[in-house]
Amino acid sequence: MLKRPYLIAFTSVLLVVLSGFCLPRNTTSQIKLALRDFFLPILGLVHSTETVLSKGRDSIIPRSVLLSRMRELLAQNQELTLHMMQSTQLWQENQRLREALDWAPKSPWTLKPANVILRDPASWWRTIQIDLGTMDGVRTNMPVLTDAGLIGKIEQVGRRSSLVLLIGDPQCPVSASVKKNSTSELAAYGMIKGSSAHILDPSLVRLTMVDRQTRVEPGDAVETSGLGPVFPKGIPIGRIIDTNTANFGPLYEAQITLAANLRKLESVWVLFP
Amino acid sequence: MMRWNLNSMPLYAAAYLAVFVAAYPNGFRSTLGTQIDLLPPLVVYCALQSKWTTLAGITIFGGYLFDSLSANPLGLTTASLFVSGCVIRVNRETILRDQTFAQLVIGFMASLATPLVSLLLLWLLGRPPLTGFGSIWQLVSTALLGALATPVLFGTFERIKRKLNFRPVPESSFRADREIKRRRA
Repeated sequence: MLKRPYLIAFTSVLLVVLSGFCLPRNTTSQIKLALRDFFLPILGLVHSTETVLSKGRDSIIPRSVLLSRMRELLAQNQELTLHMMQSTQLWQENQRLREALDWAPKSPWTLKPANVILRDPASWWRTIQIDLGTMDGVRTNMPVLTDAGLIGKIEQVGRRSSLVLLIGDPQCPVSASVKKNSTSELAAYGMIKGSSAHILDPSLVRLTMVDRQTRVEPGDAVETSGLGPVFPKGIPIGRIIDTNTANFGPLYEAQITLAANLRKLESVWVLFP
Repeated sequence: MMRWNLNSMPLYAAAYLAVFVAAYPNGFRSTLGTQIDLLPPLVVYCALQSKWTTLAGITIFGGYLFDSLSANPLGLTTASLFVSGCVIRVNRETILRDQTFAQLVIGFMASLATPLVSLLLLWLLGRPPLTGFGSIWQLVSTALLGALATPVLFGTFERIKRKLNFRPVPESSFRADREIKRRRA
Protein backbone atom coordinates (compact mmCIF):
# COMPACT_ATOMS: atom_id res chain seq x y z
CA MET A 1 0.00 0.00 0.00
CA LEU A 2 2.85 2.36 0.88
CA LYS A 3 4.13 2.06 -2.67
CA ARG A 4 0.97 3.75 -3.94
CA PRO A 5 1.35 7.48 -3.18
CA TYR A 6 -2.24 8.32 -4.10
CA LEU A 7 -3.47 5.98 -1.37
CA ILE A 8 -1.20 7.67 1.19
CA ALA A 9 -2.39 11.11 0.07
CA PHE A 10 -6.05 10.12 0.04
CA THR A 11 -5.88 8.41 3.47
CA SER A 12 -4.01 11.27 5.13
CA VAL A 13 -6.43 13.90 3.77
CA LEU A 14 -9.42 11.79 4.78
CA LEU A 15 -8.06 11.36 8.32
CA VAL A 16 -7.33 15.06 8.68
CA VAL A 17 -10.74 16.11 7.33
CA LEU A 18 -12.68 13.61 9.43
CA SER A 19 -10.77 14.54 12.58
CA GLY A 20 -11.55 18.21 11.89
CA PHE A 21 -15.25 17.44 11.44
CA CYS A 22 -15.61 14.98 14.34
CA LEU A 23 -13.58 16.65 17.08
CA PRO A 24 -15.53 18.55 19.75
CA ARG A 25 -16.13 22.24 19.07
CA ASN A 26 -13.86 23.34 21.94
CA THR A 27 -10.97 21.27 20.63
CA THR A 28 -11.30 22.59 17.09
CA SER A 29 -11.46 26.13 18.49
CA GLN A 30 -8.19 25.51 20.35
CA ILE A 31 -6.58 24.13 17.18
CA LYS A 32 -7.80 27.15 15.23
CA LEU A 33 -6.40 29.54 17.82
CA ALA A 34 -3.05 27.75 17.74
CA LEU A 35 -2.94 27.89 13.94
CA ARG A 36 -3.89 31.57 13.98
CA ASP A 37 -0.68 32.30 15.88
CA PHE A 38 1.22 31.26 12.74
CA PHE A 39 0.17 34.59 11.27
CA LEU A 40 1.60 36.76 14.06
CA PRO A 41 5.02 37.23 12.36
CA ILE A 42 3.52 38.35 9.05
CA LEU A 43 0.98 40.55 10.83
CA GLY A 44 3.81 42.20 12.72
CA LEU A 45 5.71 42.71 9.48
CA VAL A 46 2.69 44.22 7.71
CA HIS A 47 1.94 46.44 10.71
CA SER A 48 5.53 47.73 10.81
CA THR A 49 5.47 48.39 7.06
CA GLU A 50 2.17 50.25 7.32
CA THR A 51 3.52 52.31 10.24
CA VAL A 52 6.63 53.27 8.28
CA LEU A 53 4.54 54.18 5.22
CA SER A 54 2.07 56.24 7.23
CA LYS A 55 4.95 58.05 8.95
CA GLY A 56 6.38 58.79 5.53
CA ARG A 57 2.99 60.10 4.34
CA ASP A 58 2.57 62.19 7.51
CA SER A 59 5.97 63.79 7.11
CA ILE A 60 5.03 65.33 3.76
CA ILE A 61 1.72 66.91 4.87
CA PRO A 62 2.10 70.72 4.66
CA ARG A 63 2.21 72.66 7.92
CA SER A 64 -0.78 74.83 6.93
CA VAL A 65 -2.99 71.74 6.52
CA LEU A 66 -1.89 70.43 9.91
CA LEU A 67 -2.60 73.77 11.59
CA SER A 68 -6.08 74.01 10.07
CA ARG A 69 -6.83 70.42 11.16
CA MET A 70 -5.58 71.25 14.65
CA ARG A 71 -7.90 74.27 14.84
CA GLU A 72 -10.85 72.11 13.73
CA LEU A 73 -10.02 69.48 16.34
CA LEU A 74 -9.67 72.09 19.08
CA ALA A 75 -13.12 73.46 18.26
CA GLN A 76 -14.53 69.92 18.21
CA ASN A 77 -12.80 69.19 21.51
CA GLN A 78 -14.42 72.21 23.18
CA GLU A 79 -17.83 71.19 21.83
CA LEU A 80 -17.38 67.63 23.11
CA THR A 81 -16.22 68.86 26.52
CA LEU A 82 -19.46 70.84 26.83
CA HIS A 83 -21.47 67.78 25.76
CA MET A 84 -19.63 65.68 28.31
CA MET A 85 -20.38 68.13 31.10
CA GLN A 86 -24.03 68.07 30.16
CA SER A 87 -23.99 64.25 29.94
CA THR A 88 -22.32 63.94 33.34
CA GLN A 89 -25.01 66.12 34.89
CA LEU A 90 -27.72 64.05 33.20
CA TRP A 91 -26.02 60.83 34.31
CA GLN A 92 -25.86 61.98 37.92
CA GLU A 93 -29.48 63.07 37.80
CA ASN A 94 -30.42 59.71 36.31
CA GLN A 95 -28.57 57.85 39.05
CA ARG A 96 -30.27 59.97 41.77
CA LEU A 97 -33.71 59.29 40.26
CA ARG A 98 -32.92 55.57 40.01
CA GLU A 99 -31.95 55.53 43.65
CA ALA A 100 -35.12 57.43 44.58
CA LEU A 101 -37.26 54.95 42.64
CA ASP A 102 -35.26 52.02 44.01
CA TRP A 103 -34.24 50.87 40.51
CA ALA A 104 -31.02 48.97 39.91
CA PRO A 105 -28.16 51.42 39.25
CA LYS A 106 -26.88 51.57 35.68
CA SER A 107 -23.14 51.21 35.32
CA PRO A 108 -21.35 53.17 32.56
CA TRP A 109 -19.87 51.32 29.59
CA THR A 110 -16.27 50.23 29.85
CA LEU A 111 -14.75 50.16 26.41
CA LYS A 112 -11.39 48.99 25.12
CA PRO A 113 -10.13 49.95 21.65
CA ALA A 114 -9.02 47.27 19.20
CA ASN A 115 -7.71 47.16 15.64
CA VAL A 116 -9.12 44.94 12.91
CA ILE A 117 -6.25 42.75 11.76
CA LEU A 118 -7.87 40.19 9.44
CA ARG A 119 -11.22 39.39 7.82
CA ASP A 120 -12.89 36.07 7.11
CA PRO A 121 -11.28 34.66 3.93
CA ALA A 122 -14.55 32.89 3.06
CA SER A 123 -17.12 35.19 1.52
CA TRP A 124 -20.12 33.38 3.07
CA TRP A 125 -19.33 34.27 6.70
CA ARG A 126 -19.07 37.69 8.28
CA THR A 127 -16.28 37.64 10.81
CA ILE A 128 -13.21 39.73 11.63
CA GLN A 129 -10.14 39.27 13.80
CA ILE A 130 -9.15 41.94 16.32
CA ASP A 131 -5.89 42.42 18.20
CA LEU A 132 -7.27 41.93 21.73
CA GLY A 133 -7.28 38.59 23.51
CA THR A 134 -7.37 36.92 26.90
CA MET A 135 -4.28 38.89 27.93
CA ASP A 136 -6.42 42.04 27.62
CA GLY A 137 -9.32 40.53 29.55
CA VAL A 138 -11.51 39.76 26.54
CA ARG A 139 -14.01 36.90 26.92
CA THR A 140 -16.49 35.26 24.57
CA ASN A 141 -19.85 36.95 23.91
CA MET A 142 -18.61 40.47 24.68
CA PRO A 143 -20.31 43.03 22.41
CA VAL A 144 -18.17 44.83 19.84
CA LEU A 145 -19.10 48.26 18.51
CA THR A 146 -17.84 51.31 16.67
CA ASP A 147 -18.61 54.94 17.42
CA ALA A 148 -21.64 54.57 15.11
CA GLY A 149 -23.18 51.48 16.68
CA LEU A 150 -23.10 47.75 17.32
CA ILE A 151 -21.19 45.49 14.92
CA GLY A 152 -21.15 42.07 16.59
CA LYS A 153 -19.87 39.92 19.42
CA ILE A 154 -16.72 38.02 20.40
CA GLU A 155 -16.91 34.36 19.34
CA GLN A 156 -13.43 32.92 20.01
CA VAL A 157 -10.65 34.37 22.13
CA GLY A 158 -6.96 33.68 21.73
CA ARG A 159 -4.11 35.08 23.81
CA ARG A 160 -3.55 38.13 21.63
CA SER A 161 -6.41 38.05 19.13
CA SER A 162 -10.14 37.32 18.99
CA LEU A 163 -12.69 36.33 16.38
CA VAL A 164 -15.68 38.67 16.12
CA LEU A 165 -18.97 37.56 14.57
CA LEU A 166 -20.50 40.50 12.74
CA ILE A 167 -24.20 41.34 12.61
CA GLY A 168 -25.66 39.55 9.61
CA ASP A 169 -23.65 36.37 10.09
CA PRO A 170 -25.95 33.34 10.41
CA GLN A 171 -24.38 32.56 13.81
CA CYS A 172 -24.98 36.06 15.21
CA PRO A 173 -28.68 36.87 15.61
CA VAL A 174 -29.34 40.02 17.65
CA SER A 175 -32.49 40.76 19.65
CA ALA A 176 -33.50 44.33 18.78
CA SER A 177 -36.14 46.88 19.61
CA VAL A 178 -37.51 49.58 17.32
CA LYS A 179 -38.12 53.10 18.57
CA LYS A 180 -40.35 55.59 16.80
CA ASN A 181 -38.35 58.28 15.09
CA SER A 182 -40.69 61.08 16.17
CA THR A 183 -41.59 60.14 19.74
CA SER A 184 -38.73 57.75 20.75
CA GLU A 185 -41.41 55.35 22.01
CA LEU A 186 -40.90 51.61 21.80
CA ALA A 187 -42.62 50.41 18.64
CA ALA A 188 -41.70 46.73 18.25
CA TYR A 189 -39.31 43.92 19.00
CA GLY A 190 -37.58 41.69 16.48
CA MET A 191 -34.57 39.55 15.66
CA ILE A 192 -31.82 40.82 13.35
CA LYS A 193 -30.50 38.33 10.81
CA GLY A 194 -28.41 38.48 7.64
CA SER A 195 -30.12 39.25 4.35
CA SER A 196 -29.50 36.79 1.51
CA ALA A 197 -30.82 39.40 -0.92
CA HIS A 198 -27.99 41.79 -0.03
CA ILE A 199 -24.92 39.60 0.06
CA LEU A 200 -22.71 42.25 -1.50
CA ASP A 201 -23.82 44.98 0.90
CA PRO A 202 -23.14 43.90 4.50
CA SER A 203 -24.72 47.08 5.87
CA LEU A 204 -28.23 45.81 4.95
CA VAL A 205 -29.79 43.23 7.28
CA ARG A 206 -33.31 41.97 8.10
CA LEU A 207 -35.38 42.58 11.20
CA THR A 208 -37.41 39.38 11.43
CA MET A 209 -40.20 38.16 13.69
CA VAL A 210 -41.85 41.57 14.05
CA ASP A 211 -45.36 41.25 15.48
CA ARG A 212 -48.01 42.20 12.91
CA GLN A 213 -49.94 44.02 15.63
CA THR A 214 -47.09 46.51 15.91
CA ARG A 215 -46.10 49.02 13.26
CA VAL A 216 -42.61 50.11 12.23
CA GLU A 217 -41.86 52.74 9.61
CA PRO A 218 -38.85 53.79 7.57
CA GLY A 219 -36.62 56.05 9.62
CA ASP A 220 -37.37 54.37 12.95
CA ALA A 221 -34.30 53.73 15.09
CA VAL A 222 -33.22 50.17 15.92
CA GLU A 223 -31.20 49.35 19.03
CA THR A 224 -30.42 46.32 21.16
CA SER A 225 -33.39 45.24 23.25
CA GLY A 226 -31.40 43.81 26.15
CA LEU A 227 -33.62 40.72 26.13
CA GLY A 228 -30.82 38.30 25.27
CA PRO A 229 -27.89 37.41 27.50
CA VAL A 230 -25.22 38.96 25.25
CA PHE A 231 -26.04 42.54 24.31
CA PRO A 232 -26.99 45.17 26.91
CA LYS A 233 -29.97 47.37 26.21
CA GLY A 234 -29.72 50.55 24.21
CA ILE A 235 -26.76 50.07 21.86
CA PRO A 236 -27.69 51.72 18.54
CA ILE A 237 -27.81 49.31 15.58
CA GLY A 238 -29.30 51.21 12.65
CA ARG A 239 -32.49 52.46 11.00
CA ILE A 240 -35.48 50.89 9.29
CA ILE A 241 -35.44 51.57 5.56
CA ASP A 242 -38.27 49.36 4.35
CA THR A 243 -40.97 47.02 5.64
CA ASN A 244 -42.31 43.86 4.03
CA THR A 245 -45.84 43.34 5.28
CA ALA A 246 -47.00 41.49 2.17
CA ASN A 247 -46.50 38.02 3.66
CA PHE A 248 -49.38 36.44 5.52
CA GLY A 249 -49.06 35.26 9.10
CA PRO A 250 -48.68 36.86 12.50
CA LEU A 251 -45.13 38.13 11.82
CA TYR A 252 -43.45 40.32 9.22
CA GLU A 253 -39.99 41.57 8.30
CA ALA A 254 -38.26 44.92 7.84
CA GLN A 255 -35.02 45.98 6.16
CA ILE A 256 -32.42 47.75 8.27
CA THR A 257 -29.39 49.74 7.28
CA LEU A 258 -26.71 49.39 9.93
CA ALA A 259 -25.28 52.52 11.52
CA ALA A 260 -21.74 51.12 11.45
CA ASN A 261 -20.00 50.69 8.11
CA LEU A 262 -19.03 47.00 8.06
CA ARG A 263 -17.08 47.38 4.82
CA LYS A 264 -14.50 49.73 6.25
CA LEU A 265 -13.82 48.53 9.75
CA GLU A 266 -10.39 49.55 10.97
CA SER A 267 -10.76 50.18 14.68
CA VAL A 268 -13.52 48.95 16.98
CA TRP A 269 -14.42 48.95 20.68
CA VAL A 270 -14.97 45.92 22.88
CA LEU A 271 -17.62 46.52 25.52
CA PHE A 272 -16.63 45.13 28.92
CA PRO A 273 -19.35 44.30 31.46
CA MET B 1 5.08 9.49 5.91
CA MET B 2 5.10 12.58 3.78
CA ARG B 3 8.21 13.40 1.84
CA TRP B 4 9.41 16.96 2.36
CA ASN B 5 11.98 18.27 0.01
CA LEU B 6 13.41 21.64 -0.91
CA ASN B 7 11.22 21.94 -4.00
CA SER B 8 7.99 21.78 -2.01
CA MET B 9 9.03 24.39 0.58
CA PRO B 10 8.18 27.37 -1.68
CA LEU B 11 4.76 25.80 -2.22
CA TYR B 12 4.10 25.72 1.53
CA ALA B 13 5.34 29.30 1.87
CA ALA B 14 3.03 30.30 -0.98
CA ALA B 15 0.08 28.55 0.70
CA TYR B 16 0.79 30.52 3.89
CA LEU B 17 0.93 33.80 1.97
CA ALA B 18 -2.17 32.89 -0.06
CA VAL B 19 -4.22 32.45 3.11
CA PHE B 20 -2.90 35.71 4.52
CA VAL B 21 -3.78 37.58 1.31
CA ALA B 22 -7.30 36.08 1.34
CA ALA B 23 -7.84 37.29 4.91
CA TYR B 24 -6.16 40.68 4.54
CA PRO B 25 -8.76 43.40 5.26
CA ASN B 26 -7.86 45.61 2.28
CA GLY B 27 -7.50 44.71 -1.38
CA PHE B 28 -10.18 43.55 -3.79
CA ARG B 29 -12.75 43.12 -1.01
CA SER B 30 -13.89 46.75 -0.96
CA THR B 31 -14.32 46.95 -4.75
CA LEU B 32 -15.46 43.45 -5.80
CA GLY B 33 -17.16 42.39 -2.59
CA THR B 34 -14.87 39.37 -2.41
CA GLN B 35 -11.18 38.68 -1.96
CA ILE B 36 -8.73 36.86 -4.21
CA ASP B 37 -8.16 33.24 -3.15
CA LEU B 38 -4.82 31.91 -4.36
CA LEU B 39 -5.13 28.44 -2.84
CA PRO B 40 -7.04 26.86 -5.79
CA PRO B 41 -4.44 28.07 -8.35
CA LEU B 42 -1.73 26.70 -6.07
CA VAL B 43 -3.51 23.36 -5.91
CA VAL B 44 -3.74 23.37 -9.72
CA TYR B 45 0.02 23.80 -9.90
CA CYS B 46 0.59 21.02 -7.33
CA ALA B 47 -1.81 18.66 -9.10
CA LEU B 48 -0.13 19.19 -12.47
CA GLN B 49 3.52 19.47 -11.50
CA SER B 50 4.03 17.76 -8.12
CA LYS B 51 3.60 14.42 -6.43
CA TRP B 52 0.48 13.12 -4.74
CA THR B 53 2.07 13.61 -1.32
CA THR B 54 2.88 17.27 -2.03
CA LEU B 55 -0.69 17.80 -3.23
CA ALA B 56 -2.02 16.28 -0.01
CA GLY B 57 0.41 18.28 2.12
CA ILE B 58 -0.52 21.59 0.49
CA THR B 59 -4.26 20.94 0.76
CA ILE B 60 -3.95 19.97 4.45
CA PHE B 61 -1.63 22.86 5.35
CA GLY B 62 -3.42 25.53 3.30
CA GLY B 63 -6.90 24.27 4.15
CA TYR B 64 -6.29 24.18 7.89
CA LEU B 65 -4.73 27.65 7.87
CA PHE B 66 -7.66 28.98 5.82
CA ASP B 67 -10.23 27.46 8.18
CA SER B 68 -8.37 28.73 11.25
CA LEU B 69 -9.05 32.31 10.11
CA SER B 70 -12.60 31.56 9.08
CA ALA B 71 -15.85 30.44 10.69
CA ASN B 72 -15.67 27.29 8.51
CA PRO B 73 -15.53 23.93 10.29
CA LEU B 74 -11.93 22.76 10.49
CA GLY B 75 -11.05 20.58 7.49
CA LEU B 76 -13.72 21.95 5.15
CA THR B 77 -11.33 23.81 2.85
CA THR B 78 -8.90 20.87 2.91
CA ALA B 79 -11.66 18.61 1.61
CA SER B 80 -12.77 20.97 -1.16
CA LEU B 81 -9.21 21.74 -2.26
CA PHE B 82 -8.32 18.05 -2.37
CA VAL B 83 -11.41 17.21 -4.43
CA SER B 84 -10.41 19.84 -7.03
CA GLY B 85 -6.79 18.71 -6.90
CA CYS B 86 -7.70 15.03 -7.33
CA VAL B 87 -9.85 15.67 -10.41
CA ILE B 88 -7.01 17.61 -12.06
CA ARG B 89 -4.34 15.13 -10.97
CA VAL B 90 -6.22 12.13 -12.33
CA ASN B 91 -6.67 13.86 -15.70
CA ARG B 92 -3.28 15.52 -15.87
CA GLU B 93 -2.01 13.43 -18.77
CA THR B 94 -4.74 14.90 -20.96
CA ILE B 95 -4.10 18.53 -19.95
CA LEU B 96 -1.71 20.70 -21.92
CA ARG B 97 -0.18 22.03 -18.73
CA ASP B 98 2.46 24.20 -20.40
CA GLN B 99 -0.12 26.20 -22.38
CA THR B 100 -1.19 29.49 -20.80
CA PHE B 101 -4.76 29.11 -22.04
CA ALA B 102 -5.05 25.66 -20.46
CA GLN B 103 -3.71 27.06 -17.19
CA LEU B 104 -6.28 29.88 -17.33
CA VAL B 105 -9.17 27.48 -17.92
CA ILE B 106 -8.06 25.00 -15.26
CA GLY B 107 -7.45 27.86 -12.81
CA PHE B 108 -10.95 29.20 -13.46
CA MET B 109 -12.56 25.80 -13.03
CA ALA B 110 -10.67 25.03 -9.82
CA SER B 111 -11.34 28.49 -8.33
CA LEU B 112 -15.04 28.04 -9.09
CA ALA B 113 -15.30 24.41 -7.98
CA THR B 114 -13.48 24.78 -4.65
CA PRO B 115 -15.92 27.25 -3.02
CA LEU B 116 -18.86 25.36 -4.56
CA VAL B 117 -17.71 22.11 -2.93
CA SER B 118 -17.19 24.01 0.35
CA LEU B 119 -20.74 25.38 0.16
CA LEU B 120 -22.13 21.94 -0.62
CA LEU B 121 -20.28 20.44 2.35
CA LEU B 122 -21.53 23.21 4.63
CA TRP B 123 -25.12 22.44 3.59
CA LEU B 124 -24.49 18.73 4.17
CA LEU B 125 -22.97 19.43 7.61
CA GLY B 126 -26.07 21.39 8.61
CA ARG B 127 -24.36 24.76 8.83
CA PRO B 128 -26.04 26.75 6.06
CA PRO B 129 -23.94 29.79 5.11
CA LEU B 130 -25.21 33.21 4.08
CA THR B 131 -25.76 32.92 0.34
CA GLY B 132 -27.94 34.63 -2.26
CA PHE B 133 -27.85 35.89 -5.83
CA GLY B 134 -24.89 38.11 -4.88
CA SER B 135 -22.92 34.95 -4.14
CA ILE B 136 -22.90 34.16 -7.89
CA TRP B 137 -21.02 37.40 -8.53
CA GLN B 138 -18.62 36.62 -5.67
CA LEU B 139 -17.96 33.10 -6.98
CA VAL B 140 -17.44 34.22 -10.57
CA SER B 141 -15.17 37.14 -9.65
CA THR B 142 -13.12 34.89 -7.36
CA ALA B 143 -12.84 32.33 -10.16
CA LEU B 144 -11.73 35.01 -12.66
CA LEU B 145 -9.08 36.31 -10.27
CA GLY B 146 -7.96 32.74 -9.64
CA ALA B 147 -7.79 32.08 -13.39
CA LEU B 148 -5.58 35.13 -13.91
CA ALA B 149 -3.34 34.13 -11.02
CA THR B 150 -2.77 30.55 -12.27
CA PRO B 151 -0.36 31.28 -15.18
CA VAL B 152 1.47 33.79 -12.98
CA LEU B 153 1.95 31.10 -10.31
CA PHE B 154 3.09 28.58 -12.92
CA GLY B 155 5.69 31.01 -14.26
CA THR B 156 6.92 31.95 -10.79
CA PHE B 157 7.24 28.38 -9.54
CA GLU B 158 8.95 27.15 -12.69
CA ARG B 159 11.53 29.92 -12.21
CA ILE B 160 11.99 28.98 -8.53
CA LYS B 161 12.28 25.32 -9.47
CA ARG B 162 15.03 26.11 -11.96
CA LYS B 163 16.89 28.13 -9.31
CA LEU B 164 16.63 25.43 -6.64
CA ASN B 165 17.46 22.41 -8.78
CA PHE B 166 20.84 21.45 -10.17
CA ARG B 167 21.46 22.69 -13.66
CA PRO B 168 21.09 19.91 -16.21
CA VAL B 169 24.46 18.70 -17.39
CA PRO B 170 24.90 19.63 -21.05
CA GLU B 171 25.03 16.48 -23.12
CA SER B 172 28.11 15.91 -25.19
CA SER B 173 27.69 15.22 -28.87
CA PHE B 174 30.22 12.43 -28.51
CA ARG B 175 28.77 8.96 -29.01
CA ALA B 176 30.96 5.97 -28.39
CA ASP B 177 29.14 3.83 -30.94
CA ARG B 178 29.89 6.30 -33.70
CA GLU B 179 33.56 6.72 -32.92
CA ILE B 180 35.72 6.02 -35.90
CA LYS B 181 38.23 3.50 -34.84
CA ARG B 182 41.49 4.19 -36.52
CA ARG B 183 43.69 1.21 -36.91
CA ARG B 184 46.67 0.43 -38.90
CA ALA B 185 45.87 -1.24 -42.14
